[in-house]
Amino acid sequence: MKQDAAVIETASFPPATNPSRTGFAGYWCLALVAASAAMLTPVDNYTLNILMQAVTYAIAVFGLTIVLGLCGQINLAQAAFFGIGAYAVGLGTADFGISFWICLAGGALGAMLMGAVLGACTLRLGGHYLAMVTISFQQILTLIMINWIAVTHGPDGVTKIQRPPLLSAPQMYLGFCVMALAMIGFVVWHLPETRLGRSMRAVRDNELAAGVTGINVYQTKVAAFALSALLGGIAGGLFAGGFNYVSPDQFSFAESVVFLTMVLLGGVASPIGAAIGTALLILIPEWLRFLKAYPGLYLAIYGMAVILIVLFMPDGIWGFIKARLNRLVPASRAPGQFPALVLSQDAGRATASDITLEVQRLAKHFGGLKAVDDISFAVQRGSVHALIGPNGSGKTTTLNVLSGLYTPTAGKIVLDGRDITALPTHARTAAGLGRTFQNIRLFRSMTALENVEIGSEHPGNALVTGGRQAHAARARSALAFVGLAARADEPVTSFSYGHQRLIEIARALAGNPSVLLLDEPAAGLNSTEKAELSDLLKRIAAAGPTILIIDHDMTLVSEVASHITVLNFGRRIADGESLAVLSHPDVIAAYLGTEPDAPAGA
Amino acid sequence: MDLLLQLLFQGIGIGSVYALVALGFVLIFRATNVVNFAQGEFSMVAAFLMVVFAVDLGWPYWLSFLVCLAGMALFGALFNLVVYYPLRHRTFLPVIISTIGASIFLANTTLALYGPQPQMLPGWFETQGFQVGGVYLDSQYLLIVAVTAVLVAFQYWFFEHTMLGKKLQATSQDKEMASLLGIPVAVMIMVTFIYSALLGGIAGILVAPILFVSIQMGGSIALKAFAATIIGGFGDVAGAIMGGIALGIVETFGAAYISVPYKDGFAFLVLVLFLIFRPQGIFGERVAEKA
Repeated sequence: MKQDAAVIETASFPPATNPSRTGFAGYWCLALVAASAAMLTPVDNYTLNILMQAVTYAIAVFGLTIVLGLCGQINLAQAAFFGIGAYAVGLGTADFGISFWICLAGGALGAMLMGAVLGACTLRLGGHYLAMVTISFQQILTLIMINWIAVTHGPDGVTKIQRPPLLSAPQMYLGFCVMALAMIGFVVWHLPETRLGRSMRAVRDNELAAGVTGINVYQTKVAAFALSALLGGIAGGLFAGGFNYVSPDQFSFAESVVFLTMVLLGGVASPIGAAIGTALLILIPEWLRFLKAYPGLYLAIYGMAVILIVLFMPDGIWGFIKARLNRLVPASRAPGQFPALVLSQDAGRATASDITLEVQRLAKHFGGLKAVDDISFAVQRGSVHALIGPNGSGKTTTLNVLSGLYTPTAGKIVLDGRDITALPTHARTAAGLGRTFQNIRLFRSMTALENVEIGSEHPGNALVTGGRQAHAARARSALAFVGLAARADEPVTSFSYGHQRLIEIARALAGNPSVLLLDEPAAGLNSTEKAELSDLLKRIAAAGPTILIIDHDMTLVSEVASHITVLNFGRRIADGESLAVLSHPDVIAAYLGTEPDAPAGA
Repeated sequence: MDLLLQLLFQGIGIGSVYALVALGFVLIFRATNVVNFAQGEFSMVAAFLMVVFAVDLGWPYWLSFLVCLAGMALFGALFNLVVYYPLRHRTFLPVIISTIGASIFLANTTLALYGPQPQMLPGWFETQGFQVGGVYLDSQYLLIVAVTAVLVAFQYWFFEHTMLGKKLQATSQDKEMASLLGIPVAVMIMVTFIYSALLGGIAGILVAPILFVSIQMGGSIALKAFAATIIGGFGDVAGAIMGGIALGIVETFGAAYISVPYKDGFAFLVLVLFLIFRPQGIFGERVAEKA
């Protein structure tokens, strides 16, 4: 292990998104300059108000960068979370004389808590529900702000909001807000490189694949939503302090739409986009003040802008600019050194018997259709076990039940002596299950390396100790194992179909599975690629993991598999050593059809 | 007892409006797999058109109604062409955002054109209503319930017994297969949007004499109709109708016995409660994405 660590240290990892130290320093210098300029440059009240609004709004819009841009979940209540922060500071300092800082923290935490609860209720369901529930929440909050007059002062709003004593001068306060913006911007900028941020991107790109690579999809979404609400709350608190006055109409659904437009216009993928969008949408209305004579015209234009942006500029202004910049600076990176991929069949797991995966009387019914009906088989440790059968015989359903995408109707799944039947998908991955999909499911916005890194990065992977560098090293090793090390930093979409399959296998291998489930890995491959695949499977089996493979290609199956289980109409019709099974009369009948064909299900 | 019956009657009446809009939601959802967040604006636009023709221009009520329907059919087609169709190959998120943009655009364009003052639309009949025992049956409520019943019956006949209806069903269930069978999927989606705009429009015109005609009416109706689809069973036609009526009753009783200012909050509360406690019970077993 020590040697490996040494190799990792000497490896030259390309700073993919990590800015250099000078970049860090430059960023903070710029932030300090901006904050001092905000404090010292004499400005009139009008400019001050616009700046104050832009800075606080930008923080709230950063929240949408996280939830919408990074995690792909919609939040139409950002103004409500903004309002929770604002009213906490407003009512707290004006009516109860509580310290500004306590109110700010309380409001931000309150918003985050509301966000977490709201997300926890709805994020198991589809995106439509989230959109509707956030709108509903927004409406209820507006109703409360207007109607609970005893506490909120109703439509009149809250006046005489206090700032902290040290920052009572408006420009000092603005400077403070600029620093807050810089700090939060820094965090949001670096979030995609953290484990949580990568999980969010994986969830956005492909939820199913995220689950089987060991990411807790639901938790990740709730975290994104709560973080977004937290930033909304902080922004609202700062906003209230900046203006000394808040009223319900500042936190209505229309404002949520304004926030949404800001992030869409600038570009959802990056906080730079959020900042651009916020600045533009605060300045443009000021330039077009004459439009204010016609109520509604503003928002009508906003609405039209939303449609046009979605239609013609899906990546926003910053996305548009960045695409041009990327073309100017071609990425040329030399692959560093990395250790050979270590795969072990029992890394950190208790090994009791020769059986690694045991399926007991498994059943999955869809209504009246018995897609899988009372299937049992056992997979020998270190073997290649094939699951075959005609179309509709229940192979993929079995695999989906094994990896936790379907809940079984009956039966039990035991992995390394542990009952995993009730575990969610990501926990099965942690327990030692890896899988690939029949129709490739990669994270399409990422590079090959990033895809495989996510595969490596789950809690059950005991082989990797250390941070991101260690996972990146393992990912490179896994890509080298499938023969794609030289192209690790290319986006997955630039790979051929066959190579994308290999990346998917590398992603599963990086997680050090004790059992690797392969769903028709040879589908769509040409004969050369099939030969390479057959070779790769033998190398994997020799290196440690047990393989459970589904495929139609009998040549491949008979070449690599030592054991075969045959399914037909959801039932097991044969099981045993390859040669014996392949010459079994029932199997030949099922494949060649000597019996009259009954209609196949699924 | 009389009060209970009176509230029940009103609840069913207002619930029928939610049911009609919910039906429009469900049809578009089944055809495109996308929730149209501008569904409520269909009702708002129709109500304003009705005010223009029947009040401002003084045309006969029936003629205004027919012109409105023609206008809504055109509107549905236009909406499809601008808001949905260009995005049909994208994921649901851009489409949702696009329909939200359309909703904001429609409400505020109406505001810019007509001003913030809520408008009045008279009811269809001269007769205000009838007293039956202790219950007063308002003629407009009766009309709403009757029209809803007729439309639901029509829709059942249309989808189950006409070729066009069957083709629409085929399109909503499997677009690729439908197009392989020679069904013009783009036309079917267009028909769905037009029909949905008509349903929303009729609901808006019917409810306008009871509520004020305002730019907010669309958003409020749409949210309640969506809540209705969840309560009844998402994507299910009968569920949307039952959910709409149930929600109308809950809301009417809530306003009478609990609080008038928070009347609009009940629907959302019911929605959130349902999402937390009975999501499976509502739309049955969730069909997992095919791996």
